[in-house]
Amino acid sequence: MAQSSSAARTGPEKFSTPAKMAVTLHVNGVERKLTVAPWTTLLDALRLHLDLTGTKKGCDHGQCGACTVLVDGRRINSCLTLAVMKDGVQVTTIEGLAQGNTLHPLQQAFIEHDAFQCGYCTPGQICSAAGLIAEGHARTADEIRELMSGNICRCGAYPNIVAAIQQAMGQS
Amino acid sequence: MINFQYARASDVADAVRQIAADPTAKFIAGGTNLIDLMKEDVERPSRLIDISRLPLKSVEQTADGGLRIGALVPNSDLAYHPLIAQRYPMLASAILAGASAQLRNMASTGGNLLQRTRCAYFYDTVTPCNKREPGSGCSAITGLNRIHAILGASEACIATHPSDMCVALVALDAKVHVAGPAGQRAIAFADFHRLPGSTPQRDTNLEPNEIVTAVELPARGFATNYTYLKIRDRLSYAFALVSVAAALELDGSTIKEARLALGGVAHKPWRDPAAEAALRGQAGNPAVFAQAADVLLRDARGYEHNSFKIDLARRAIIRALTQAARGTPQSQSNKRIL
Repeated sequence: MAQSSSAARTGPEKFSTPAKMAVTLHVNGVERKLTVAPWTTLLDALRLHLDLTGTKKGCDHGQCGACTVLVDGRRINSCLTLAVMKDGVQVTTIEGLAQGNTLHPLQQAFIEHDAFQCGYCTPGQICSAAGLIAEGHARTADEIRELMSGNICRCGAYPNIVAAIQQAMGQS
Repeated sequence: MINFQYARASDVADAVRQIAADPTAKFIAGGTNLIDLMKEDVERPSRLIDISRLPLKSVEQTADGGLRIGALVPNSDLAYHPLIAQRYPMLASAILAGASAQLRNMASTGGNLLQRTRCAYFYDTVTPCNKREPGSGCSAITGLNRIHAILGASEACIATHPSDMCVALVALDAKVHVAGPAGQRAIAFADFHRLPGSTPQRDTNLEPNEIVTAVELPARGFATNYTYLKIRDRLSYAFALVSVAAALELDGSTIKEARLALGGVAHKPWRDPAAEAALRGQAGNPAVFAQAADVLLRDARGYEHNSFKIDLARRAIIRALTQAARGTPQSQSNKRIL
């Protein structure tokens, strides 16, 4: 036993630690260079490495939509992709939607329609709605509901979320 | 999540070389299923080979009037592609019935084929599962099996394949193009996924050193009389309890050609030539549709929590064929089933 534990101490590590990798992300129009382990999700890179904590970690399994951001203009779940896979892309988070002190039309509409209660899902809801409007496939309330089904609101603000998105769609 | 190495593939040949050199490596494209499984400790690759930047993102017309869909075309791009929407609307409908808008933006065509079952015991690493750990047993047979198979299951595994897209692809007679060390080959869609038998750890007939490069559709798209009807526990963003892809070619009220495939009921998208034969040449009416359903479900077997799926499947088949015959496909936004 003593011999084998000695061999374990002096032998090679069972799991070598992969080298961290350099990644450049263009986040909300700003070039950000970071060094991350390969298993760092885009969500963790934003929150832990870039201190952009507006993007929320809800389920961390792609089931709730709280982590939704726009990558090259398309809404995705940032918890289910790796930062190293996104080297060079444009990322828009909730922090990047307002123009100076002027709120994005969706942010303004969410306030006007009281489209949240606790607010935890709201950054993901708004980024998802921005993606939905850019995609241009939703016209009716049914279509908004269906194409927003990847964003869960456990406070149940859905009717007001749909109303807020309809208002913002009318403006865009 | 476990530690792993990360490398990019420079082209398809490089991807094949890299996967052949390391049996513990895995390809990653959209990552929507693989990263989730890695967080759950179900998949433990030592290395991820990133194929997401390979040039497999186009939809091209083939010489025989079909389409060749690159393996990396995102699910959303495919569903909204004008040629898919016009010529293969059943495929577009099936894709839009699955997942969420965010996931469809990420998930690739090839990855959709290769996604793993959502059986809870496959995900739960403290319970036996023959698919995750061959020989350990099946927890679902005597466990919670509401979402499990009613057709083609074995004593080793009663898991279902979770894809909606694949149900339409098997009904449309698609082909899967793959590349490996020995070159390229094409696999008929019906032969791509496997039944569990005694080797449920193998979902597909893709070899470990092969890569999916494209999915090919034949010219025949059934763009007039089709539907994709999905029944699930909530109205959106849930896996199917039962789904039906139904497509007909009619001469007046007589069925000239029929396609019928089910999702959520088996270890693979379930298509049964005998059920289609029961429709061909017959009048398109509910009695004929019920006969076809009975043929398709002749060997169905339920477990403690999913026996209801046999009758649900029968009714869904009749309703889907009725929708197809009428030319009134199921809407994927207004969920009222007419």
